[in-house]
Amino acid sequence: MSGKISANQRTAYGKTLAALGAEDARICACEADLGKSTMSCFFEEAFPDRYFEMGIGEANMTSFAAGLSLTGKIVFTHSFAMFSGLRAFEQIRQSVALPYCNVKIIGSSAGLSDFGDGASHQTVEDIAALRAIPNMTVLVPCDANEVPKMVRAAVKHDGPVYIRICRNDTPTLTEAEGDYKIGEMRVMREGTDVAIFACGIMVTRALDAAEALAECGISARVINAGTLKPFDEARACELTRDVRGVVTAEEHSVIGGLGSAVACALRRQKKPLEIVGIEDQFGQSAQSAEELMQFYGLTAEHIAEAAKSVLA
Amino acid sequence: MKTPLIVELEAKAALLRKDIVRMIGVGKPGHVGGSCSIADIMAALYFHQMKHDPKNPQWEGRDRLIMSKGHAGIIQYAALAECGYFDKEILWTLKDMGSILQGHPDRRKVPGIEMSTGSLGQGFSAACGMAAGLRVSGSDNNVYCVIGDGELAEGQIWEAALTGVAHKLDHLVVILDNNTLQAMGPITQRYNTAVTSYADKFRNFGWRVIEIDGNDMEQIVPALDVASVSRGMPTCIVAHTIKGKGLAFAENQVGFHNGAMTQEQYDSVMGGEPV
Repeated sequence: MSGKISANQRTAYGKTLAALGAEDARICACEADLGKSTMSCFFEEAFPDRYFEMGIGEANMTSFAAGLSLTGKIVFTHSFAMFSGLRAFEQIRQSVALPYCNVKIIGSSAGLSDFGDGASHQTVEDIAALRAIPNMTVLVPCDANEVPKMVRAAVKHDGPVYIRICRNDTPTLTEAEGDYKIGEMRVMREGTDVAIFACGIMVTRALDAAEALAECGISARVINAGTLKPFDEARACELTRDVRGVVTAEEHSVIGGLGSAVACALRRQKKPLEIVGIEDQFGQSAQSAEELMQFYGLTAEHIAEAAKSVLA
Repeated sequence: MKTPLIVELEAKAALLRKDIVRMIGVGKPGHVGGSCSIADIMAALYFHQMKHDPKNPQWEGRDRLIMSKGHAGIIQYAALAECGYFDKEILWTLKDMGSILQGHPDRRKVPGIEMSTGSLGQGFSAACGMAAGLRVSGSDNNVYCVIGDGELAEGQIWEAALTGVAHKLDHLVVILDNNTLQAMGPITQRYNTAVTSYADKFRNFGWRVIEIDGNDMEQIVPALDVASVSRGMPTCIVAHTIKGKGLAFAENQVGFHNGAMTQEQYDSVMGGEPV
């Protein structure tokens, strides 16, 4: 990954929210005491009257946001993904998704990206949980440039959205310009032997894997599947029609995430499929996110091995 | 001497009680108890206190009401129909497949329902958010929220109680339907959340508290009148009520939290009208 420019998704998020606040007076933000981590602090500084510090009470924050949205506001809730997404799971279901409230849930420091804090904070089940709720849209940006585009797409979408944000700097893969269309599946690299679906910080690893596979004479198509829901099953089928095997890669449990979405989409095809993700287990503390990615099998090498195995 | 307003509101409350008996019918479970305990307050809210327009449920100038104890939604359905939000005939489709009247209120199905509730504790938080949103919009409207005493075991209630004060939501009026019974028995015997009084709890959280007999219209109306213009802090009306109030067979009966009526019980209210 050397040589690539890195940028931070959280910073990109915070700046986007503040910019949106200036463009649209309906935007409000609720925060559960992590404003300098989620970077909702930029919005607070600019729009204190539309910013609600809710203390460390994510359940209440989520239902509060629902009520706030019903006065014509577009409301963002913030915390680490573990708390805004999973602690408040039932409030998301009952107060946001069922009544179809215009609330955007920001799951920050998601996946293993909060490497130091350990299993209690490392969210490896959020995509599975939130994908299962009717009315939800689930978005996972692959780099800092995709964040503003997805956040703007979420604002345009009238309804509940969950956006998963990485804590650490990540290589920049996409251009800053353009719009994100919810549901899009973007081919990041063309290939003919194997299709690799990836989301979030695994997209860059999938591209590295494709590079390594090319040196072995294997041509890999890499797909950035950043919309986990609604999942474009027809497009997924189309993108795998001409290949001999399929691999998925996510910084998430192998249960219920991208691998499950792709397997479900391709259920009528008889193509070998490998799911690269965190086996059914919790995370742990480490001195760097990379250590964890290595330990849990989330590297370019793991993806390349999976690709070779589906072609074998 | 009761004023004409009090007499009129009492008649409305009696009508709402009769409506829910017909809605539930014979031999089928229905949340009779917690609906009847709050019936008088619902009548006062919909037919006296709240600014609202049944012909224009989305009118911006309306006050809002959230039934956080969503299982008592049936009494709200009766009030909404009586106001004219929807055809009264729809009441008799309660819980039928495809009916807009779900077992717990769904804001997307029923005109006049501001928030979907049923999972206890959450409506109170939503009411806080609604009050905050109206303030952002520059509105002077009130948000009313009905919570139950059984619901007080939900931790989220106390998170919301903190929010009401932390964000100085002084257009928020919470009404605690203190009917003293949870589904399995008296609260003081099952899970005693009343070791210190609810009034003291809310006062200690920083709320203005008004205590009333919640089944006495002559106390309800002035309490709502005061609460609706009180500013500086949110108001909690602790309404001491009788679960099942107004239906002799159901009053203070644990079994009528979600009980089924016999034909005789039904007839005692409906006077032989067809089911």
